[in-house]
Amino acid sequence: MKLSQIAYIVEAEFLACGHLDSGEITKAGASDLLSDVLAAKAENALLLTGIKTIQMVKTCTIAGIGAVILVRGKIPDIDTIELASQEELPLLSTKLSLFIASGRLYQQGIQGLKHAR
Amino acid sequence: MASLFRTFRIQKRDFTNAGNASICVKKLLKSLNTCGSIIRRASICGYEGEMNVVMHATTDGHLDLELSEHRIILTVSDKGPGIEDIETAMQKGFSTAPEEFREMGFGAGMGLSNILENTDILHIDSKPGTGTVIRMEFSTGV
Repeated sequence: MKLSQIAYIVEAEFLACGHLDSGEITKAGASDLLSDVLAAKAENALLLTGIKTIQMVKTCTIAGIGAVILVRGKIPDIDTIELASQEELPLLSTKLSLFIASGRLYQQGIQGLKHAR
Repeated sequence: MASLFRTFRIQKRDFTNAGNASICVKKLLKSLNTCGSIIRRASICGYEGEMNVVMHATTDGHLDLELSEHRIILTVSDKGPGIEDIETAMQKGFSTAPEEFREMGFGAGMGLSNILENTDILHIDSKPGTGTVIRMEFSTGV
């Protein structure tokens, strides 16, 4: 699924890398624990999270995360958004909760990590 | 003989810059056309090691990258408090990280076990009061 379609489903706005919409996202994970993001094999996956720190962007860059959606209306500071742009990590924000945003994407066919349903 | 050697400083308790060394390693490996899965494994291990120094070390540490034809070696060293019992520290969920780091989403006790899972050869040398050296080797050999 294209990121623009994902953004439409969860009513999210792009904060960084809105132009990077060519890749297909097929799987996603939800976590507020960065240690778990590193331990999961989550390359090219979408991450839904409430963590908006600069370390979140670095962790996602290292783990090879495909895109991030911040939930509950979180907006990071400008340095964090700039780092995401620099690292070409698409960053979005939605006012929906983690539960609702994840549920909507699951319903539309996005799979869990290791393509679990 | 190493064909490339780089060293990166890691500042204790510096959460703003934590991770920068590993991101540099990742970019460097990418620029050398290293295999994608090895880049991912090496940068995850470097990052976990780097975060350990930031969280636990009592002095600054460093991350060394050594690149030769058939292998990548990452070494994270610090003169921190050292690890009391390495076997226990390797267990998933075991953590001595301060609460402030846990609140940031780190220190869940996944670091060393994640490093073990992602390295081809791992060697940890640590003594309480002296410091820790974690040597992580990745085979790139054809």
